[in-house]
Amino acid sequence: MEKIICTCKHVNPVGTKLCEKCGRPLTTEEQEKSVVDMRYDGIAIRSKTHNKSIVDKIWNFFSSVKVGIALIIITLIAASIGTIFPQEFYVNVATEAEKAAYYKDIYGTIGSLYYNLGLSDLYSSWWFQIIVGMLGVSIIVASIDRGIPLHRSLKNQRVKRHASFMKRQRVITEGQPSEQADKTLDLIEQQMKQLKYKVRREDNALFAEKGRFARYGPYINHLGLIIFLGAVMLRLVPGFYVDESMWLREGETRAIDGMDGYFLHNDKFILETYDNDPQGEQLRQGVNVVAKNYQTNVTLYKQKEGAIAGQTSDLEEVKSYEIRVNHPLKHEDYSIFQMDYRLNELKVMHFDLQNKASEKSLGAISIDLTDPEKEYIIDDQTKVELALYLPDFSGFKDGVPQTASPFPNNPAFIFRMFTPETPEGETSFVSIGQPAMEPLGNNQYKMKFASVETRNMSGLTIRKDKTIPILFVGGIIFMLGVVIGSYWNHRRLWVEQLEDGTIRLAAHTNKNWFGMKKDLNALTTHAHLPQYVDQVEEEQEQKEKEGDNTL
Amino acid sequence: MSLLQLSGYLLFTAFVCYLIALVLFGGAIKPAKVTNAPASAEKWGKLAITVTIIGFIANIGYFITRWIHTGHAPVSNMFEFTTAFGMFIIGAFIVSYFMYRVPALGIVALPIAILIIGYAAMFPREISPLVPSLKSHWLAIHVITAAMGQAVLAISAVAGLIYLLKHVNLKKDSMERFFLEAVMFSLVLVVGFIVSSITFNAMGYSATYQYTNKEGKTGVIEYHNPALFGMNEYVEVKLVDAEKKKYEPVVEAEQSFQPLAEMPPIVNAKKLTTVVYSILFGTVIYLLIRLIGRRSISAIAQPFVQRVNSSLADEIGYRAVLIGFPIFTLGALIFAMIWAHEAWSRFWGWDPKEVWALITWLFYAAFLHLRLSKGWEGKKSAWLALIGFAIIVFNLVVVNLIIAGLHSYA
Repeated sequence: MEKIICTCKHVNPVGTKLCEKCGRPLTTEEQEKSVVDMRYDGIAIRSKTHNKSIVDKIWNFFSSVKVGIALIIITLIAASIGTIFPQEFYVNVATEAEKAAYYKDIYGTIGSLYYNLGLSDLYSSWWFQIIVGMLGVSIIVASIDRGIPLHRSLKNQRVKRHASFMKRQRVITEGQPSEQADKTLDLIEQQMKQLKYKVRREDNALFAEKGRFARYGPYINHLGLIIFLGAVMLRLVPGFYVDESMWLREGETRAIDGMDGYFLHNDKFILETYDNDPQGEQLRQGVNVVAKNYQTNVTLYKQKEGAIAGQTSDLEEVKSYEIRVNHPLKHEDYSIFQMDYRLNELKVMHFDLQNKASEKSLGAISIDLTDPEKEYIIDDQTKVELALYLPDFSGFKDGVPQTASPFPNNPAFIFRMFTPETPEGETSFVSIGQPAMEPLGNNQYKMKFASVETRNMSGLTIRKDKTIPILFVGGIIFMLGVVIGSYWNHRRLWVEQLEDGTIRLAAHTNKNWFGMKKDLNALTTHAHLPQYVDQVEEEQEQKEKEGDNTL
Repeated sequence: MSLLQLSGYLLFTAFVCYLIALVLFGGAIKPAKVTNAPASAEKWGKLAITVTIIGFIANIGYFITRWIHTGHAPVSNMFEFTTAFGMFIIGAFIVSYFMYRVPALGIVALPIAILIIGYAAMFPREISPLVPSLKSHWLAIHVITAAMGQAVLAISAVAGLIYLLKHVNLKKDSMERFFLEAVMFSLVLVVGFIVSSITFNAMGYSATYQYTNKEGKTGVIEYHNPALFGMNEYVEVKLVDAEKKKYEPVVEAEQSFQPLAEMPPIVNAKKLTTVVYSILFGTVIYLLIRLIGRRSISAIAQPFVQRVNSSLADEIGYRAVLIGFPIFTLGALIFAMIWAHEAWSRFWGWDPKEVWALITWLFYAAFLHLRLSKGWEGKKSAWLALIGFAIIVFNLVVVNLIIAGLHSYA
């Protein structure tokens, strides 16, 4: 590999802009500038020096800050498009056809287009995930590309820098101290130490530095981001992430989805509302009640060791808990959340078997709507057969009655009634709010609705997320890096005293020139230095003046 | 006097203080040609910042008394949050004033905070009980930190606006000049919103309409301004039985102002009407200002920032982002994720508010990278700071009021 040899005889790697040892500008580009580019201290960066193989090209693409910024902006725009209409997971319909209809009905043609382009499920689309993935790669590559050489150069800083380096810094001064010229370097050292700088001296040169660790902030926060993104990807690995939901009725005990060997019993669901008189905005919006609390009192059970899966006879109680919003039940890695509820779900329906003419009852039956029996025997000759049960009757299709869901929202029944008078049986179709239908001719008997029992149901979400601790670590590292990089800054001061006593001084900071200048003001007074100049500001003022003249 | 009343008085005191301080800051800058200008300006500046601090203390008094009265951090609805945001902007301004001593910051920061608090006051100020998902100590931790982060980020827009007012050439027709005036105009629109709300409230205007929403259900909506736009299938109704919430159509003779156009169900015509009134009032006020001042608002404001050190204004803008970004990240993303994990069982759910917090974060990340690596300083950086603030305001206003989601306030 070629090397660049500086006038000072130091051998620099190709691509170095400022000599690693003395700071002389090595490229004509830097030589022509009045203030050199100090972003990476003029070091050689891999992406700027290798561009032959395909690996180099890919590396260079991802290491480019321009590409990184472009990826950030693309992610930002894509994310915003996803908020134009609600995403699919916030739409309460099940099938694809219903979703398509939903977007069309509510948002019209644009909604339809939105759905068909897949924008309604944008965040889990392959292309969005690829963009985020590319952003991740860009963060890694750019950090390595710049971080490592920068670290090397910051570690090996020389005290003495060449005049051509000093003169091309943003803030400089050169001239005779007004007093105590023989002690100037001592005074500078004293003052800089008081300002908590680390000071090194070599012959007639001095180097003071403070807050170097701040330069590592961006690399630390990038590391945090990578850990965070990695943890998100880890959820795809089986066992790391469980996300299930279940409906649990009051009084019911069920195996918990996704939580093998555990059972949950719903003791009671409680909905509390504020009993205030609606006023103000509440009244104006016509909201009568504001919910105060959603709560499910549960008991968690565990199967004994070696029990057969699904067996409920032999359960050990683990704990009782009141699950509320913001207060999930936590056990081992699992959390169970209160997410939804359904009040007054039909539980049991009571019917009377009656003679239509005399209204004389032959007996009553009770149908458990979640677990109906095949037949209900009243006595030897009298029984009711449940020929068909439709928990959520939604009408007829081709003459066949349909059910919309397995939940007893709108139960309908086809009964076959056997009595001493009608031993062959009579068929009757019974549904809520409709007169009974008798498809096989006039019946002598009917099933008269007597009463109904209801109960509440809790919607619970079961979640295990083993990636949470990793996400947390990533988040903390990110915050740490951002804080280090933002709230501290790297300040450096190079001073050389020439033979005739002239002081040549240059200062650099990666951020916060205001703070740097405050330090320099103190130094100027203390060491009787000539006033420093901010070359960038001077240039700008020059421009402003010229601008004014042309007006 | 109840605690709630006291809280209201304190907020009003703060508001008045900010208005006075704004005038005083004007004095701290204006006397450029007077012989004893620097000394006098310093005196005015001291007085101005003192009044600002008194206002800020009253503002914090409002916050604390309301907190004690309601029993939860007063950041749970549009009025409370927006007021807190305005308060934190003042707080961030006071800190930056003591860091940099630039009175021009006050000339821009105070009007913005005043407009934000005035805007907030147009929303219902009653105390509404908390829904279960908000009952958590994370309400205070997450929302207050996020608002503080946004407030510090807003200071970068303040510095950016100062920079642009100074550097955009107002004598030459350009895109820059147009957009700068557009920024000024949008500030006047907020005034338009406030003035129109106060006007119609003072008139006590009210009309109720029944309408059909996008799910095909009927609802009732009350307008407080003459309805320019009607809701889907609107019919004007009146309450005949408050107990049973019974409404009956109003006979034609008794009808109030009837909407000019009916909107499809996905458009909330009431909000649209309010927006249109704000634009109408705002435009009239804007034209009046131009007529009286005989100049664009940018040109009226320019003399106040002429003496600001450009590179200092640029640096204040940059440092505000540097300081605000970590606070915003912590409050609006990290604390948000922790709470979301407790309340909604997942730390991230692509709810519109979450997405827009992420967008804000991504935007400022891009800002920092552009600044660091591409050398976007001066005007470019100032424009970016203004765009960032626009995103924050979008997240506050549009996402809360228009885009439906878990964070919707109204």
